[in-house]
Amino acid sequence: MSKKATIGFSEEQAQLLEVATTFCRDKSPIEKVRSLLEDERGYDDAIWTEMAELGWLAIAVPEEFGGIGLGMAEVVPVVEQMGRAMMAGPFVSTTLAAQAILVGGTDDQKQKYLADLCAGTKATLALSEPHGDWDLGHVECTAERTGDTLKLSGRKTFVENAETAELLLVSLSLNGAPALVVIERSSLPEGALRREVVIDETRRSYQVTLDGVEVSADGLLDPALTAAALAHVDLCASLLLSAEMCGAAMSCIDYTIDYLQTRKQFGKKIGSYQALKHPIVDAHVGYEQARSHLYCAAFNFTQQGEGEAATRIAKAQAGDALSFAADRAIQFHGGFGFTYDCDAQLYRRRSLWCENQFGDAAYQRAKLADLLL
Amino acid sequence: MSTISEKELSDYRSEAAAWFAENTIADPGFMLPLTFMEVGTDQQFNFLRDWQNKVYEAGYLGAAWPKEYGGGGLDQKFQTIATEEMAKANGPIMLNAIGLNWAGPLILDMGTDEERKRYIKGILSAEDIWCQGFSEPENGSDLGNAQTKAVRDGDDWVLNGSKIWTTQGNYAKYMILLARTNPDAPNKYAGLSFFLSPMQVDGIETVPIRKLTGEYGFTQTFFTDARIPGESLMGKEGEGWLVAMRTLEYERGVKGGQPGGYVMRASDPFEIVELARKATRGGKPALEDPVIKDQLIQLMIEARSLQLNSKRGHIQPLVQDKPASLALSSKLMATEFMRRLNEFAITLQGQRGAYYVGEPDAYDEGLWQRAYLNSFSATIGGGTSQIQRNIIGEHVLGLPKS
Repeated sequence: MSKKATIGFSEEQAQLLEVATTFCRDKSPIEKVRSLLEDERGYDDAIWTEMAELGWLAIAVPEEFGGIGLGMAEVVPVVEQMGRAMMAGPFVSTTLAAQAILVGGTDDQKQKYLADLCAGTKATLALSEPHGDWDLGHVECTAERTGDTLKLSGRKTFVENAETAELLLVSLSLNGAPALVVIERSSLPEGALRREVVIDETRRSYQVTLDGVEVSADGLLDPALTAAALAHVDLCASLLLSAEMCGAAMSCIDYTIDYLQTRKQFGKKIGSYQALKHPIVDAHVGYEQARSHLYCAAFNFTQQGEGEAATRIAKAQAGDALSFAADRAIQFHGGFGFTYDCDAQLYRRRSLWCENQFGDAAYQRAKLADLLL
Repeated sequence: MSTISEKELSDYRSEAAAWFAENTIADPGFMLPLTFMEVGTDQQFNFLRDWQNKVYEAGYLGAAWPKEYGGGGLDQKFQTIATEEMAKANGPIMLNAIGLNWAGPLILDMGTDEERKRYIKGILSAEDIWCQGFSEPENGSDLGNAQTKAVRDGDDWVLNGSKIWTTQGNYAKYMILLARTNPDAPNKYAGLSFFLSPMQVDGIETVPIRKLTGEYGFTQTFFTDARIPGESLMGKEGEGWLVAMRTLEYERGVKGGQPGGYVMRASDPFEIVELARKATRGGKPALEDPVIKDQLIQLMIEARSLQLNSKRGHIQPLVQDKPASLALSSKLMATEFMRRLNEFAITLQGQRGAYYVGEPDAYDEGLWQRAYLNSFSATIGGGTSQIQRNIIGEHVLGLPKS
């Protein structure tokens, strides 16, 4: 990592930021977020279609595969604004699956899948396992190859939106080494999916039991590129989680400030008390730092070495910033903060999800120590 | 403006690099101050005054200030390059901080032509040292309540009262002074006026203040019927608060226009990595301790935060939600960061963290211990961190006044 950090912002990022800000605010007001908590699907399919029509799923896919040919840097403002509006849905998981295929797939697979994913075919990642290790290379689920057939076994966890995704990108141990396979959800037997109870109720997360599942070996990504694809997905996911957390921190702080400006105790607005004012300023300053790191990571994402360091920093900072802001949001709402009706819990629950996917802040700093010290 | 070719800039950079390589004195044989607030001995003062003068004469300070007043008349890009090369060569700080970064830009911005001609060149050459008379013993954070009086008497002003934390007050030829000219004004702010006051007049006395480090660098300034000329008033009578606020914008880095160079040298987290290699834990370098690694990385991240925030501040779409936020937060973030960084550097040293400057066995000559104690000058001066949080809370987040 160079000592001088850099940041930049493209015309395309600016346009997407503007459009996404309005779109997410209009399509995902808090009442809508709340109504979807009870919904089995967990997101609005009509909005998904609109996002596909806007071309958002195609942003980071090259034109030759049906994409727009920009990069992950341009996906960041979109996901940031989704996070700000607490939107749910398979946008991130589909984007990540496309990135895995883009980096790890054969030419045939890229031709076969990417255009569909750009057009709105939903996909998801099945990389985690019951051991809960953040190391994506730690794969205990197995695949055994017989001719053109792969016989799978084991259990995948934290598979987002598995119920509605058409494609799953699954990591498996094949001949003792990690491999990635694209499988169609339709190839899973009845009862293979079980919805998990997760802390962030805006999300839909599933376990997938692979025992006895047989799929075509055509779905096997290029074995020579598996490590590169996993590393790429790891960083893409961390980048987009950082974006989501930054957006959430922004609105969480605004939500809390609104209360501090209106709620009165002892005849004074509570925001005039420095015991509340100073920590919310600290939360805000933490958010500002996280956002600078987010757009630094976006700008440097494709730079060898620099991209990884900047992304891990962004994930660590965004996690710490949202965690602090949401924790204080509950506290500063007092008795109301302890109720289900207060939105502070939505933010805190979301932060606990996001922090614990793809490595929390301490994990990222440990990785950074290996990179930088 | 004519466009500047890349070649012109790179030639300039090579010249500057060569000049600083040749002229920078790495070790004068005594400890140099890390900031302009730590100039505690005549030896340090004289060395730094000569150094600033040399840099100015070579054209690497004030390169972008107007030629007619003593600057170089070049594009700002050249000065930026010169400052970068100064830093690369590890050059000492510029001495005349109040003049260079606050009084100078203010005079160029709001002063009369006469004032510019009289003051700017001496600021750049370090011939005329400037100090600041804002804080008072009874009015630290509450600057608007300043009570030092300036009363008109014929063509002159007569000053009475006291200012405190006057950096380099004992060396200064001029002071930017905030004083009360009308005690009966409708509000406390409207009674204030701003002066470019001479210091070497009868009735102005400076008394050194001994800092928590045992060293010097600040004075308290006493005014006893001190008579200064009428022309010392800057701007109009009763508009001192506006001028002072503009000055604080320079002080807090909200407004550009500084002549280049630097007046503080920050501790670098990468230098702490070296310290962590030297210090030991359990028979091994402290750098191998996972907890220490975690804290080091956190500090390196925060050092980058400061750089990145200032860069993001220039990207309009990324600051439009709360436009004043980054500028108003930078002082709080930077000064608190430096305090914690230096504090961590001490804890890193194990038992030897209890050594101090002067002890031959102290790591890095006790520099970290001294820097930690000195770091409070920045978390307290220029508006304490607690006042900064009030400012951010009220002006950025829109919270009610405390």
